Amino acid sequence: MLSFFTCLWQRVTGEGQFLYSLCVVTADNKKESLFIGFVVRFASHPGEADEAFKSPSKAENIKQEQVKKVTDSKQLWMSGNEAIAMAAYEAGVKVASGYPGTPSTEIMENLSRYEGVYTEWAPNEKVGLEVAIGASFAGVRAFATMKHVGVNVAADPLFTASYTGVRGGLVILTADDPEMHSSQNEQDNRNYAYAAKLPMLEPSEPAEAKELLKQAFELSEKFDTPVLFRITTRVAHVKGVLSKGEMMQSEASCGIEKVPAKMVMLPGNARNRRKVVEERMALLREVAESDQFNVIENGDNKRGFITGGVSYLYVKEAFPEASVLKLGMSWPLPEQKIREFAAGVDELFIVEELDPFLEHHIKGMGIECHGKDLIPNQGELNTSIVRTSIDPDSAPELFAAAELPMRPPNMCAGCPHRGVFFNLSKMKDIFVSGDIGCYTLGFLPPLSAMDSCVCMGASVTIAHGMAKALGDEGKGKLVSVIGDSTFVHTGINGLINSVYNDSKTVLVILDNRITAMTGQQNNPTTGCNIKGEAANAINIEELCRAVGVKHVEVVNPHDIQACKKALKTALDLDEMAVVISRAPCVLLPEIKNAVHNPYLTATENCAGCMACVKLGCPAISWINITPEEAVAKGYKEKQKGFAVINEVQCNGCGQCAVLCKFEAINRKGE
Amino acid sequence: MADTGNILFSGVGGQGILLASEVTAHALLAAGYDAKKSEVHGMAQRGGSVTAQLRYGKKVYSPLIEPGRADILIAFEMMEAARYLLYLHSESKVIVNTQQIKPPSVAMGQIPYPAGVLDVITEKGVQVVTVDAFDIARDAGEVKAANVVMVGAMSAFLPMGAAVYEEIINTRIPERFREVNLKAFAAGRKITA
Repeated sequence: MLSFFTCLWQRVTGEGQFLYSLCVVTADNKKESLFIGFVVRFASHPGEADEAFKSPSKAENIKQEQVKKVTDSKQLWMSGNEAIAMAAYEAGVKVASGYPGTPSTEIMENLSRYEGVYTEWAPNEKVGLEVAIGASFAGVRAFATMKHVGVNVAADPLFTASYTGVRGGLVILTADDPEMHSSQNEQDNRNYAYAAKLPMLEPSEPAEAKELLKQAFELSEKFDTPVLFRITTRVAHVKGVLSKGEMMQSEASCGIEKVPAKMVMLPGNARNRRKVVEERMALLREVAESDQFNVIENGDNKRGFITGGVSYLYVKEAFPEASVLKLGMSWPLPEQKIREFAAGVDELFIVEELDPFLEHHIKGMGIECHGKDLIPNQGELNTSIVRTSIDPDSAPELFAAAELPMRPPNMCAGCPHRGVFFNLSKMKDIFVSGDIGCYTLGFLPPLSAMDSCVCMGASVTIAHGMAKALGDEGKGKLVSVIGDSTFVHTGINGLINSVYNDSKTVLVILDNRITAMTGQQNNPTTGCNIKGEAANAINIEELCRAVGVKHVEVVNPHDIQACKKALKTALDLDEMAVVISRAPCVLLPEIKNAVHNPYLTATENCAGCMACVKLGCPAISWINITPEEAVAKGYKEKQKGFAVINEVQCNGCGQCAVLCKFEAINRKGE
Repeated sequence: MADTGNILFSGVGGQGILLASEVTAHALLAAGYDAKKSEVHGMAQRGGSVTAQLRYGKKVYSPLIEPGRADILIAFEMMEAARYLLYLHSESKVIVNTQQIKPPSVAMGQIPYPAGVLDVITEKGVQVVTVDAFDIARDAGEVKAANVVMVGAMSAFLPMGAAVYEEIINTRIPERFREVNLKAFAAGRKITA
């Protein structure tokens, strides 16, 4: 897409001078924009500017002739998620609901800062989508956002919303995560468009995401259909240049309208709507054949590429001369257009991340093409992979990667979860079924205290299933751990089952007062809504008691001994028991910005037992010493080293101090 | 691509890489380039290795830097410079903060922090500039400005004058941190300019 920005560049090289103006969205992404501008004098020959970025180190510094404020620019620098939030606002979305999940989270966070849009964090994606369907039924534009695996949770309403259609435009955004940067699988949600018989739009970059999302709402209302909108990590978390756009209005009118034939999906009505779905898809195929979303870029006809999403960018860079059919609409496919394109090129390549989705359908049309015979079906693509998959000889010689210690993520210094996992790690015969959140890091050494992790809410249910399978053998050995937000997401259903079907396992709810992993979002237990305003708070212990759990104990996880006792008591019971480990996440602003009272090591007292080191706290490190150094420091000759606390990192949680039996860890100043 | 400049930022979660890459991106935009930047959020930010990839040119397509194509590697931690050797070419410029942050296996004493960790880069003939960003930032008045010291040191390898960055700092960074960041930038730039 040629941007306004690129046009400006062309003017620069022609005239040797250009006015660039930048609209900066303030750090907190509020709508007030700050405009700054530069008149920059460039080298008088266009080629010199080109040289500048070919070898930056040799470039002459460009002198800034004049800096002045301007206010007429609409140029923005935004991530895909920020751009999508702005597009939803410009599209006139009135109600938006979602559940946080990387890489989708920032969309709802940003949208919540626009005026005139109701936004909320739903407890899970099914709830979020149903809320959006309700808003659409009331005649306003509605938006639901979720990560790819969230669509599995929302699949029930999704498939039937395809039959009901919409009143106000309804768009469901799925943020897929090829490569699993922050996910438990890398499912390709284009398959949902096929399975649910819904149109799907797919942008390649932030600027396009913004334009396509607005068109998605129009498409939804025009064809009476929910629209799936798929992005991937490299669209969501990529920043690019784009512009503000015009505000749009829904064609629908807000109000109660009873349309039972469309909204009440009893079999009789559903059978009628099933036909409507087919008629709609036929009409959408005509849209796909047009140039609205799917565009042929004619180039060298030896090779033709059919591609979409971020893969399009890799193709453009790897094969800039080739002909490309770029699909902005991934479903339904434009069969006629594909046939014409295929007929016009000597060799056809389908370049897509993950599944051979396009390839299967194109081969189903009887068209010969290359696809997953060359392009990997796992992980992300990039320009190199695309180029060398097709032209293996083009692979450049690279420096071999150096062998280095890994640097995996870790629970933060002072993380309350550590107290629970430390205790669990000491209980050798137990099986810990985990869940999705920061606390999944409890799996990593040195604590290594998690034995399963499948999906949101699966901790308590897997423990229950194991208990039923193991019978007496599982008694006192099955512990499940789940975060506060995940408990409300789908954990509560599992707990109800465990009570109803007489589980005798222990559920530990790691209540750190926030949805932490995705970057501090409020949830139904925190007492605040998406905007940080006061909201009704679910009391977790009362909720557990209400569903029938008799033993509910709240414990401070930083108190290692109390935590141990609570876990042991619960495991010894012959009934379903809940332990709520409650202490705030250290990344919460009120904790992070508070004055910390750190602990320090009195190294002369350190006996080298490593009890503190085994917590795996990033603030504690171990210094190896030789026998001579040990003697010189006044230690026993056999002492292998000593522990040191980094005062800057320590936030004074005190877990290590409890474990030290040699008075070598003391609060600063004590 | 030859007509696209590639800057790889690497370090450990919490070192201010995102801000450093934002300041650089805005400076490039102000100079009239198209740009794209790719970041990793979520799980990777809990003390793990973190990168930001910034590409600029007339028109940038891919948000990802190809292996062997990073023109500048700006590493906020020494080991996190060596980790991205695969992305370098013989003409790359590597700017490294001399700070060492121990990964878990080193902090637990299981293995030592690799000695001479930058040798793997220098022995390929790649130019490495080391910057004591932590000390320089402390002298400028705020250790947290080490990231801006690094931007300053890198800026001499990019085709924009100091005034462009100063304007970005003046408009992007909250007023109470401006002066210290301007000082940090100038101190960093002095090393390489």
